[in-house]
Amino acid sequence: MAVYDFHAGAFRDDDWIFPDDDASLPAGKAAVSKARFVAREEGALGLVLTAGDTLDGLGNALARVELVALRFPRYADGRPYSLARRLRERHGYTGELRAVGDVLRDQVDFLARAGFDTLDIVHPGTIEALRAGTLVRVTRHYQPGARSERPAGYSWRRVSF
Amino acid sequence: MYRYDEFDSDFVRQRVAEFRDQVARRLSGELTEDQFKPLRLMNGVYLQLHAYMLRIAIPYGVLSARQLRKLAHIARVYDRGYGHFTTRQNLQFNWVELARIPDLLGELADVEMHAIQTSGNCIRNVTADHFAGAAADEAVDPRPYAEILRQWSSLHPEFSFLPRKFKIAVTGAERDRAAIQVHDIGLQARRDADGAIGFAVYVGGGQGRTPMIAKKIRDFLPESDLLAYCTAILRVYNLEGRRDNKYKARIKILVHEMGEADLIREVEREFEGLRGTPLALPAAEVARIARYFAPPDLAELPPHSVVLDSRSAGDPDLSRFVRRNLTAHRAPGYTALTISLKAIGEAPGDASADQMDAVADLAERYAFGEIRVSHEQNLILPHVRLDDVPALHAGLQAAGLATPNAGLVTDIIACPGLDYCALANARSIPVAQRIAERFADPVRQDAIGDLKIKISGCINACGHHHVGHIGLLGVDRKGEEFYQITLGGSADETATIGEIVGPGFPADRVVDAIEAIVDVYLRLRHDASEDFLAAYRRIGAEPFKSALYAEV
Repeated sequence: MAVYDFHAGAFRDDDWIFPDDDASLPAGKAAVSKARFVAREEGALGLVLTAGDTLDGLGNALARVELVALRFPRYADGRPYSLARRLRERHGYTGELRAVGDVLRDQVDFLARAGFDTLDIVHPGTIEALRAGTLVRVTRHYQPGARSERPAGYSWRRVSF
Repeated sequence: MYRYDEFDSDFVRQRVAEFRDQVARRLSGELTEDQFKPLRLMNGVYLQLHAYMLRIAIPYGVLSARQLRKLAHIARVYDRGYGHFTTRQNLQFNWVELARIPDLLGELADVEMHAIQTSGNCIRNVTADHFAGAAADEAVDPRPYAEILRQWSSLHPEFSFLPRKFKIAVTGAERDRAAIQVHDIGLQARRDADGAIGFAVYVGGGQGRTPMIAKKIRDFLPESDLLAYCTAILRVYNLEGRRDNKYKARIKILVHEMGEADLIREVEREFEGLRGTPLALPAAEVARIARYFAPPDLAELPPHSVVLDSRSAGDPDLSRFVRRNLTAHRAPGYTALTISLKAIGEAPGDASADQMDAVADLAERYAFGEIRVSHEQNLILPHVRLDDVPALHAGLQAAGLATPNAGLVTDIIACPGLDYCALANARSIPVAQRIAERFADPVRQDAIGDLKIKISGCINACGHHHVGHIGLLGVDRKGEEFYQITLGGSADETATIGEIVGPGFPADRVVDAIEAIVDVYLRLRHDASEDFLAAYRRIGAEPFKSALYAEV
């Protein structure tokens, strides 16, 4: 499986495994649902959150987590953006943040600026545009984002790329 | 007024290019209408009954003469020669072609305008008091804060896919002319005892299906915390707001279901984590923005104008105009002048391209080239010398824009209704026209005094009927248009949701019903100094109910 890596600006192979809740935990890099993560102390290194999940009850376990995958059930569901910000700001999470699911190309920059590192997406047009590098982008921003960007005049402004 | 710098200009151009790409993908079929919908909505493009409609933002209602001329040009070239000013300080064009919208947006960018976030489930055009910077009773000019909020909310990466639309209004006076208590966030800029600026913060007001008055959650938020605090509110809403039912998705429902205390606790907790981040507003940056809104070069003048007094003494039209359409200005010898877009028999809020050009010309000649758009669907020249009012009035008469009815029974707010809108259940404009015709006699209007009638063609309440002194809501009853009447609503600092008076009236009886209500008021008021709302609050709904329903 390939994911799009914002830092590399390219797709790359990925070896994370996403077992069902009733399947046994495979060796290696596995990411499980919040229900499983909280209920069983299996030491999974990855966590899958769906829009609607909260960050309550994760305790200190987040400290060992290397991947949080946030699922977009529909691209119009904006909850994962705020979950991403809360993970970074309130919980100090520094591992990989991945957006999974229905994402349109018009959201790619929003995701990058909300602090996502990788994309595992299904929309063929978006994948094609990322591969071909044909995204039409807005590079001037009126808010500080989660990534390091160039300040631009007023304290709230940033320039990317 | 605010002027784009290079950054703003680049931003808007890039956004136009992005939208051009989205339109091309829609026209080629790569995007389905379903996928295109949220993208076009974020750029103000609706699919209406007859055509695509484009809604252009007029941020906090401020326009230059040059911008208004460009809007006139767009009306002629891309539409059918007119535009419609809305209750949210926007302008709508109802007959544009999708394929031409990117070019139209390019023309808007030429005059520092856009249609970004005038629709969709995002932070909408930020609105403000239309008399900002001019009103005699203003404590703080709200425009710099509205501009900062406009910038901060533009293509916000975290808040572009909210549960539902989100509207912010800002005022800077005790007298609320921006209806802040029926917005998702309402801000009242004020000064503390030491002169420092802060905000009273209201959350969870709104109209629509479930009208609610906002709750005040902060009495004095320091200026520097404005963006961090709004971020905290929006984040809590984005995460907790309902997404299972679009009729329950506004923040007012969250406030209601969560309870005020819990909401405040969540917002304050989120805000704690955002303090000291780059969202803090440095005073120097606010001052930089505020410099754009420095008052124009006003002369030192005596408070009264001999010219105006003597001219209006011999001219009843001018005299009536002066009485109704002038608002006290902070500077002696000046006034803020309302240009009513409610000529008897016309569609409320509509202006032709020629009228837009005429207003632009008059604004340049007499009013520092500045125009405001009010949520009451009128235009305002905020800084006019009293001495110039007679000449300005003559110019407005020539353009068919001198209707002296600001705040009167014929100054009706109405949404586009079933004549244009895909959501409407009933027509609004023809009802507004017929009411205005019934009360056309200026002497009768004067006798009735201040009275706000507001008409919505469906429960979404774009015509603000819930907060009309008299509100009309169009409903569809088995294929027939009916109008439900509410009384006693108000959108000012005493914000109140109107009460439904009883069963609705069919289209052919609704004007008689309004007249019956007005007659009850005239009969029962103490005297002319007790306006409709004051009288209603004193006597209640009963006398109106018996007049409306007694005989049937």
